[in-house]
Amino acid sequence: MQKEVQFAGFGGQGILLSAKLLAYAAMKQGYNVAWIPSYGPEMRGGTAYCTVVISDRLIGSPIIKTPGHLVAMNRPSLEKFAPAVKPGGIILINSSLIPVRSGRDDVTELVFPVNDVAIEAGTVKSANIVALSAFAAKSGLVDLETLRECIKEEFASKSKVIPINMDAFDRGVKIAQQ
Amino acid sequence: MAKVLMKGNEAIGEAAIKAGCLNYFAYPITPQSEVAEYLAKRLPDVNGTFVQGESEVAVGYMIFGAAGCGERVMTTSSSPGISLMSEALSYIAGARCPAVFVNIMRGGPGLGGILPSQGDYFQATKGGGHGDYHLLVMAPEGVQEAVEMTMKAFPLAEKYRGPVMILGDGLIGQMMEPVEFPDNLYAEPLNNDDWATSGMDKRGADKKNIVKSLFLNPKELNDNNLTLKAQYEQMKKEEVMSEAYNTDTDYKGLIVSYGTMSRVCRTAIDTMKEQGLEIGMIRPKTLFPFPEKEIYDAAAKESCKAVISIELSMGQMVEDVERCVRGIKPVEWYGECGGDIPAPETIADVVQSLLN
Amino acid sequence: MGKTFSKPRALTDVPTHYCPGCTHGVAHRLVAETIDELGIRGKTVGIAPVGCAVLAYNYFDCDFQEAAHGRAPAMATGIKRVRPDLMVFTYQGDGDLASIGMGEIIHAANRGEKFTTIFINNAIYGMTGGQMAPTTMPGQRASTAPAGRDTGSTGMPVKMADLLSALMTPAYVTRQALLSPKHINRAKKAVKKAFEYQMNNTCFSFVELVSTCPTNWGMTPKDALKWAEDTLIPYYELGEFKTPEPEEEQ
Repeated sequence: MQKEVQFAGFGGQGILLSAKLLAYAAMKQGYNVAWIPSYGPEMRGGTAYCTVVISDRLIGSPIIKTPGHLVAMNRPSLEKFAPAVKPGGIILINSSLIPVRSGRDDVTELVFPVNDVAIEAGTVKSANIVALSAFAAKSGLVDLETLRECIKEEFASKSKVIPINMDAFDRGVKIAQQ
Repeated sequence: MAKVLMKGNEAIGEAAIKAGCLNYFAYPITPQSEVAEYLAKRLPDVNGTFVQGESEVAVGYMIFGAAGCGERVMTTSSSPGISLMSEALSYIAGARCPAVFVNIMRGGPGLGGILPSQGDYFQATKGGGHGDYHLLVMAPEGVQEAVEMTMKAFPLAEKYRGPVMILGDGLIGQMMEPVEFPDNLYAEPLNNDDWATSGMDKRGADKKNIVKSLFLNPKELNDNNLTLKAQYEQMKKEEVMSEAYNTDTDYKGLIVSYGTMSRVCRTAIDTMKEQGLEIGMIRPKTLFPFPEKEIYDAAAKESCKAVISIELSMGQMVEDVERCVRGIKPVEWYGECGGDIPAPETIADVVQSLLN
Repeated sequence: MGKTFSKPRALTDVPTHYCPGCTHGVAHRLVAETIDELGIRGKTVGIAPVGCAVLAYNYFDCDFQEAAHGRAPAMATGIKRVRPDLMVFTYQGDGDLASIGMGEIIHAANRGEKFTTIFINNAIYGMTGGQMAPTTMPGQRASTAPAGRDTGSTGMPVKMADLLSALMTPAYVTRQALLSPKHINRAKKAVKKAFEYQMNNTCFSFVELVSTCPTNWGMTPKDALKWAEDTLIPYYELGEFKTPEPEEEQ
């Protein structure tokens, strides 16, 4: 079994962190993982994207041209990466910022206004957590409780923001399960 | 110790500390600056030393000075920075000081790019600086191996009293993978009283030590170079590391590939196997010394029709592969070096068309 | 009759390769006497430059490293940072320090590295055979300035002590000369003071020593001393340029 998830959006949307948390949770469950960022000028406020590979075997190529799933946080990301997603995959579309769809009929689309949900949870900054938890719930790639613990650990030094992120997490899960 | 998820660059920094190296000098350059950022934060916790030098040229000599005192020391950089340090590398090799250099390669020549590359193979294995010297070069395929090689590098540098290089690439530096730091790779520093400028008081000596690379007397210089040569010959006997993949089959072709590129090849080999085509691979883990015998033996297998060197360069390692194969099988090359890493499907296509 | 002269313990008993009338021997002796007087021979590491003093490690009887051209301050940084208990000095000429090694000396000084630099300024490249140095005087002949230094195309001679004292980081910066017994006595005090600042972990210390090079100037040793006195000293003013104690700067 090998699964690949691409996270993509603007720099500053917490793309790299969502991906890291997913990888972290999968690692805790005993999988082999790799977190592969785009790096360079993009990280200064342009497009950020990052791929997580989760496998029960040693991970060979970390270069993924056709990911299994896509979490698209802005329109350029969706337009650029949706065509490459493997048939049968999930594409999460942040409809707060993306007025279009993937145009694919061989994938499962999970469409909801991620930013608006995050604002309801208390801050738009938690949009990456909303998207992450929704994707995790929809895909079943990792155990939700493990992922929740990983988020708490990540924010351990900023414990004030943990409740907001937990709220964001629950809202994401709920939407995915509807 | 439990596994932790770390970026390659940060894991290399932590590996140095775990190996007992608390001295680090560096200059920022993409894609390896995270090593300096990590160690700037981490070294004060362990009473270590970090200096951000004014240039890679200066950093090379900070390393030389510290290594000359017999202290464990490391720097990290990326291709253009390693070019600037190459002068110091030549001096360090000539003066026979142990030190660890990490090159997280990016594309070249010139400023090139910042994406992964293996374009510094020649520089790392054949020289870089002037004069007759080699570095012991290890090439990790991922973050865990980068950690292990960094930890092994210090005792190896001391064993041979010379510079050791870890040759990674931008992907290994930037990627996160689960890692652990094996305690058994820590080795106590070797006694260096007989050569290092540690101060006569410290070693209770009344004879001074001199660390130098100048030998104006032709016999002395020749002798120093013979000493270096004897060490390189010893490395060829004792330090060669490589990994064979899918070579217990009747493979029709043999890939030689290292580092990030070899992982892509491994996936391609798995895919071809599913389609009924067996391909073997030798992955050099040390680039100097090079796994000469392993490659010759694997190429000599009767089922093997051709050997292909696959690298993120325009054909550098292939020259060593040709040398090892000694004409018994055709040797081909495939590579890209703009920063894009070929996908497994591309590699499979290349190998299949080569064998047809 | 009592003993009136003896070699410092920190010097070896070998003849030097320096030319007749060269002041390197005097500078070596001042450093060696200082090492003896401070009792630090067993914890001193010197750094030899590329230039006439490249073989200094044959003359000093303490641990020594040999740098590449100009890089001695970077090496000294490496040593001092990993072994702060050692006493470290660089011994550099004007081609080494003020030309190819300008970057290294400025940054080491600016970081306030706690080592000592002895800078021999004789206004010419010595070992390579009398080429123009950054410190060569206007109109002074050199093998690469056969008509004399043209400041229109090569700029004015670099005053290293002045330049380094302009940095904001506390330091001891002084310029002395080796042209007469009076100069040499003052230079000795300055060298010792520089090592003491290092010993107390106070600051970077820099002693510029105006010296002679009779061979490459094409003069007798005696004429070289006079030329240096008449030409170099008015331009390279002697004195303390900077001390780490703010009140002493007044």
